[in-house]
Amino acid sequence: MTAPADVTAALQAKFAQLSLRPSSDHPAVNVPVGDAVTVLQYLRDEFAYDMLVDVTAIDWAEGASPRFTVVWHVLSTTTHAYVRVAADCASDVEPTAPSVTGLWAGANWHERETYDLLGIKFTGHPDLRRILMWDGYPYHPLRKDFPLAGIETELPDIEVAEETQAKVIAAPMMGGPFVASSGEMNLTEAEPRAKDESWSEKREKSE
Amino acid sequence: MPTEFTFPDSAAKTASALPEFETEKMSLSMGPSHPSTHGVLRLQMELDGERLTKCDPVLGYLHRGDEKIAENMTYNQFVPYTDRLDYLAPLANNVAYVIAVERLAKLEVPARCQAIRVICCEMARISSHLLGLGAYGIDTGAWTVFMYAFTEREKLYKLFEELTGARFTTSYTRVGGVSRDVPAGWTEKVDAFCDQFSPILEETLKLLTRNKIFMDRTVDVGVISKEDAISYGLTGPNLRGSGVPLDLRKDKPYSGYEQYDFDVPVGAKGDCYDRYLVRGEEMRQSVRLIKQAIAKFPGGDWYAKDAVRIFAPPKAKVLSSMEELINNFMIVTEGPLMPAGEVYFEAENPKGALGFYIVSKGGGVPWRMKIRSPSFCNLSILPKVCTGEMVSDVVSILGSLDFVMGECDR
Amino acid sequence: MVSPNAELAYDSKIEGTIVPTKLDDAINWIRTNSMWPMPMGLACCGIELMAVAASRFDIARFGAEVMRFSPRQADCMIVAGTVTYKMAPHVRRIYDQMAAPKWVIAMGACASTGGMYRSYATLQGVDRILPVDVYVSGCPPRPEALLDALMKLQSKVRTERSFKRLAG
Repeated sequence: MTAPADVTAALQAKFAQLSLRPSSDHPAVNVPVGDAVTVLQYLRDEFAYDMLVDVTAIDWAEGASPRFTVVWHVLSTTTHAYVRVAADCASDVEPTAPSVTGLWAGANWHERETYDLLGIKFTGHPDLRRILMWDGYPYHPLRKDFPLAGIETELPDIEVAEETQAKVIAAPMMGGPFVASSGEMNLTEAEPRAKDESWSEKREKSE
Repeated sequence: MPTEFTFPDSAAKTASALPEFETEKMSLSMGPSHPSTHGVLRLQMELDGERLTKCDPVLGYLHRGDEKIAENMTYNQFVPYTDRLDYLAPLANNVAYVIAVERLAKLEVPARCQAIRVICCEMARISSHLLGLGAYGIDTGAWTVFMYAFTEREKLYKLFEELTGARFTTSYTRVGGVSRDVPAGWTEKVDAFCDQFSPILEETLKLLTRNKIFMDRTVDVGVISKEDAISYGLTGPNLRGSGVPLDLRKDKPYSGYEQYDFDVPVGAKGDCYDRYLVRGEEMRQSVRLIKQAIAKFPGGDWYAKDAVRIFAPPKAKVLSSMEELINNFMIVTEGPLMPAGEVYFEAENPKGALGFYIVSKGGGVPWRMKIRSPSFCNLSILPKVCTGEMVSDVVSILGSLDFVMGECDR
Repeated sequence: MVSPNAELAYDSKIEGTIVPTKLDDAINWIRTNSMWPMPMGLACCGIELMAVAASRFDIARFGAEVMRFSPRQADCMIVAGTVTYKMAPHVRRIYDQMAAPKWVIAMGACASTGGMYRSYATLQGVDRILPVDVYVSGCPPRPEALLDALMKLQSKVRTERSFKRLAG
């Protein structure tokens, strides 16, 4: 039975470049992306964090650097404690991270999903292809520069597209979504407003 | 990678006796529209006769963009989307989501609210397992079980409707509480439901538990070892069926579960039959939990009264007092104000552990929300488990994994 | 059997065992009262569709309990649930495989217009790829609403000029 504080202390003692990540619920550490696999393996083998609960990533928007952070959550089925491991991707344009499919087989699909939605390539993954969007889809939807309404492309099936004359269109948002913005800002900016106010039902969209 | 499998004796003799007998593998695509796939799942299988050599599930046919939508909705506005994740137990998803957001705000809800949430979660668990049972019955050829299960679910729907206004897709919880208090007499009705449900549950389970046909289709089919279950991130009855006693209600209790007395069924072999038995027993334990929660049902507030910038005040106050009016306006337009930070919370949903990883930069809208879906992880073991099984066993395995595509694809 | 169609009033004591009627009415009567649905149950509305087929809201009263998953054997496709762009070609292909005459009920908000999922992945209404006969609103629609939709579809079929279509 290792208490959470011991885990982070032991990790900090063993890995020099590891730092504590501010967290209010579970012990969390920031690691350089190259060390991520070693740290996770150490957690699994020495501290019995035997289940990989989740692999995901955060996009901090186009201007930020580092832009992408990959986050792993591991759970110990014996001590019932979680640990969060976060690593910033080195490149902002072509983010990559090492794959942990060698440690946990379940990481396979999680990494495929993160690649599909955010475009982060996992090196060492046996079969990195899209899982939620169809194979030919050209964009990574969860990136901050991709609009919620989507971008017009072709339907995945050419025959059906010809037959129905349908396309993947941007969902009609009327300039929206009409919602408040996040982040600390003054009240007038945070108030709900259509995200794109350059057009509406009365004023045509300029191309 | 496909695992090695062995032909039964007779087939092996045939194959070796006729070396000039050329065989080819057949590729079969099962789904996405198929009565046995519990939703829109596509299995691209490669068959050698009746046995699978490769199984590649194709998901994403119900990917609606929930996580992207969450980045554009306030915390309360996202509650209806959580209903439609695991749409067989919407109340459980509602509860899991708001507890995650409350962890972000470090908000404690009063005991009555916690008791209401526990009762809702357990009723949702019964509802989900009943449908899982019914669908599994149909997959293996037993129609009566489906009809019995749905009759009981209709009674549950009536109770949900009285409490929340909707049969399912309830959107009942809010950050900091629930949308309304239990109506007068509701807990007595739930108690009466539990009393009449127990004998009917036994009768329904008796149709399948020692049924020769059902046992032939499920015993020793789709065996998942303990190591595999943990390695693939399985949770819920699938994990417990394989012998790992992990139940978040007991191991990391939330919403007051620690005060109730209940058992956690754990299987021995990890085959489909074990998973079925685990679900049946979980329903009995849920009944036990509900009755305890009703017996101990506390009075008091049903929402966090002091979280004035998070939970909207009662309408009477809003229309008569200035401060409540302002707070209501802020909560509705800007959203419940959350501090910056990140939180990860998992709840023991009927399908497994539903987790929400919320990254907030402050304000009423999250920056990133990742929904850790139990069905997504449960399905990831499908290529491993199905290889070497016969096609008809695949149907049985899918039914025993009891997944929901709404949750899997989000 | 009660029908608003006067030509089909029939009393065996008066008319004997031979019923003179318009061919249209006979064909339409057969079609309305055995409308076999092809359940395209994609999401939550699929569960309400199953509830309609169960014993409380018996769809068998309308002759439609035979949920045929094979499109060749079905008359009416009930699109129940969100259609995503990935799923849309499959829905269209299955519709194409159905034999005429065929009808479509768009059940629920997601099938009618995309529902609350205004996003990059959701088809904003199944009528972009299929001709829809009846739209049912609701999220999910109550089973009674689906039965009402079925009855509306039945009244639509009852007044069709089927013989003309068959003949030429």
